[in-house]
Amino acid sequence: MKAEVERTAVSNPPREPKNYFTEGGRTLRSWLLTTDHKRIGLLYLYSLLFYFTIAAITAAMMRMELITPQGDMVTSDMYNKLFTIHGTLMVWFFLIPSIPAVLGNFILPLMLGARDVAFPKLNLLSWYLFNAGGLLALVSVVFGGVDTGWTFYTPYSSTYSNSHVIAMAAGVFIAGFGSILTGLNFIITVHKLRAPGLTWFRLPLFVWSLYSTSIILVLATPVLAMTLTLMALERIWGIGIFDPKLGGDPVLFQHLFWFYSHPAVYIMILPGMGVISETITCFARKKIFGYHFVAYASVAIAILGFLVWGHHMFVSSQSVYAGLMFSLLSYLVAVPSAIKVFNWTMTLYRGSISLKTPMLYALGFIGLFTMGGLTGLFLAAVGLDVHVTDTYFVVAHFHYIMVGGMVTAFMGGLHYWWPKITGRMYPEKLGQLAALIMYIGFNLTFFPQFVLGYLGMPRRYHAYPPEFQIYNVMSSAGASILGVGYLLPLIYFIWSLKHGKKAPANPWNATGLEWQTPSPPPKHNFPATPVVDKGPYDYSAEATERELRDGLTTEESR
Amino acid sequence: MTFPLFPTEASDAAAQTDYLYWGLIAISSVVMLIVFVPIIYFIFKYRRGKRADRTPVNLPELPIELTWTIIPTFIFVGLFLWGAKVFWNNQRVPPDAMQINVVGKQWMWKIQHPEGHREINELHVPVGRNIRITLASQDVIHSFFLPEFRIKQDVVPGRYTTIWFNARRVGTYRLFCSEYCGTHHSAMIGRVIVMPPAAYANWLAQGQHGNTLAQSGERLYRELGCSGCHDGSTVVRAPPLLGLFGKPVPLNSGEVVIADEAYLRDSILLPARQIAGGYTNDMPSFEGRINEEQLLEIIAYLRSRGATNPEERTANP
Repeated sequence: MKAEVERTAVSNPPREPKNYFTEGGRTLRSWLLTTDHKRIGLLYLYSLLFYFTIAAITAAMMRMELITPQGDMVTSDMYNKLFTIHGTLMVWFFLIPSIPAVLGNFILPLMLGARDVAFPKLNLLSWYLFNAGGLLALVSVVFGGVDTGWTFYTPYSSTYSNSHVIAMAAGVFIAGFGSILTGLNFIITVHKLRAPGLTWFRLPLFVWSLYSTSIILVLATPVLAMTLTLMALERIWGIGIFDPKLGGDPVLFQHLFWFYSHPAVYIMILPGMGVISETITCFARKKIFGYHFVAYASVAIAILGFLVWGHHMFVSSQSVYAGLMFSLLSYLVAVPSAIKVFNWTMTLYRGSISLKTPMLYALGFIGLFTMGGLTGLFLAAVGLDVHVTDTYFVVAHFHYIMVGGMVTAFMGGLHYWWPKITGRMYPEKLGQLAALIMYIGFNLTFFPQFVLGYLGMPRRYHAYPPEFQIYNVMSSAGASILGVGYLLPLIYFIWSLKHGKKAPANPWNATGLEWQTPSPPPKHNFPATPVVDKGPYDYSAEATERELRDGLTTEESR
Repeated sequence: MTFPLFPTEASDAAAQTDYLYWGLIAISSVVMLIVFVPIIYFIFKYRRGKRADRTPVNLPELPIELTWTIIPTFIFVGLFLWGAKVFWNNQRVPPDAMQINVVGKQWMWKIQHPEGHREINELHVPVGRNIRITLASQDVIHSFFLPEFRIKQDVVPGRYTTIWFNARRVGTYRLFCSEYCGTHHSAMIGRVIVMPPAAYANWLAQGQHGNTLAQSGERLYRELGCSGCHDGSTVVRAPPLLGLFGKPVPLNSGEVVIADEAYLRDSILLPARQIAGGYTNDMPSFEGRINEEQLLEIIAYLRSRGATNPEERTANP
């Protein structure tokens, strides 16, 4: 701390206003030891990009393999390792931390008018735990990989697999502690560090969604840690827990695993919903319709999400009556999701709608999430799930939610807050183009998989009967378009760091507290603690139109 | 390259499942219209810079929210009931079903017919008969999936699961393993060959004329020494097993269980778990001394010597 103060004092008067890049040093050391939530958010962004790239490459290899029915490009063992890497990295090292750890870390304290999260050092520790886990997972890949799939089903994982299951599970286990600490940090930050006047019902909905997510992180992740530990005990010392040959019960593993992993699905979608509530209101210049209902819907999803894990197990030999109960509860958890979609739609009514990139992503999110949610109704119908579970129908469904939902929201949020994070504008036309490419590529990749699944193609198949080829070819073609949709933003984001237009403090005329400080923000966020005297989303579509007509704003209409 | 859009409907369950599927597609289409049409309309109508009436209106928030909470809830509960009905119907095994055993192991399906026929990755069945399959796994979890029949059941080591179907069309259909089971998971596929009754009878007649499943089981029953204690007049006191299948067994613990496949399996592998009333546990475990196929043969023998056909069973209660 002392060294920091001295360095700031000694440095020449900066040409730009002070910000978190310049304050606190520019050395690698100053980044690796930072406790600034904004820098930690960026550290997460870099790490996530790294894991995402590896996981995306494995996806590309799988899609190439699946162009032909024969398993002719890689061996079966290799293919099994590819989907394990893809699933493990995407779920634990990209999706779960994506919005919370990158955008949440960066934006949450700014939205609350706080100087930082409640425990800045713990926040840095989370990042180290996350990467220690990630690197351990990668070590297991380098030494030969893991072939259990991301679900680690027993007794295959605990007794039969000859791959590096323990290293991979240990990686996930360690990263889990990073998740728990982030969740804890966010909960306490929201409780204790809100600016004066920022009551619970004046909080932006992004905060509500992060709060709900954090509750799930803290309550569910320990169960994952225990489950993986039990699996490891059986694998290393032969302690019979899951393998019936040792006296265990293999289905018990599935109960424990999904008790974590189903709530984890909501970890992977709630923050996305939060981002959409921010961008829809801002680019429609409307107050969100039904604020309380959208906020409570997040909490309802977080709670009900804990009661539906058995819908992954309708054909697992779980009791018929349990199957029926889980089916009913799964339908009930769909209600709050539906409420959110209706409220977003209603928010557009009498708005002043601008189709800037973040809004295109928000609209894309509603489209893809609705498709993902509706196909969830198919899977919740227990009689139909018997046919489609463990087929490509499920693969398509959860990609619509995870990629179509969460990744789309993440991209939308990244564009929306990019000016705040970097102080630069991204190129708008290219942004809109990339959003469209992604939408088209995504649908072409995953829609055919619904048909494929209903036809009966099982998931995790290295080779498949020839009648399934046409849809696999379509899917692989779509994946290459989707790839372009991801590469394009990567290129122009990097370009914008140097050549992008300088961003003003509030380029979108948005209402959140994060826009009331310069872009990029100074190290301690606000020159003086802001005071809040009204609710969020105080937008007026009429006023926006009036200013546009009177030439008071130069904002383009498209 | 073929362009299939919809799988063949080859069983009773298939028709029921497909109705549900079309019903869900219809409802989803309506919901998509309800959501997407207003969104697209609003985007055009209220596009920034376009003249439109944007005066804020005070819509009655609570009634609107309640409307779109309550209506979907009712629709969802309706869908639940529909799905539950299809599921329930498909879980109830008709009492007159023909019994076939299937053992999954990495990476093949081994099939035992009661007449003693054995097949690998091919299952011959007659058209129009109810077929009940007992599923066992020798190693990891597999899943027995017949897409043209719209049925699927995980095959879990350490327990029996059951599935049944009635094939309504003669033909050859796909059999997949749909639960990831290791290296050659995608090669663990087979065929179900549905034959007209006459052809099926022919097929049965042409097969090897060895022992029936029950006869193989009887041989094992003697070789492994089961008959020594369980068949009547010996010094060791053990409950008689012939005529037991399907009947209730009072246990020492006071519980009463039905002597079904699962009970017999557990009693052979874990004899200490459920001890029949009035007896002590003197039996050694046969875990590791007997494989899944032999186990099913012994059970087939006990079934053949059992009581009259047990009444209608639910697959996995």
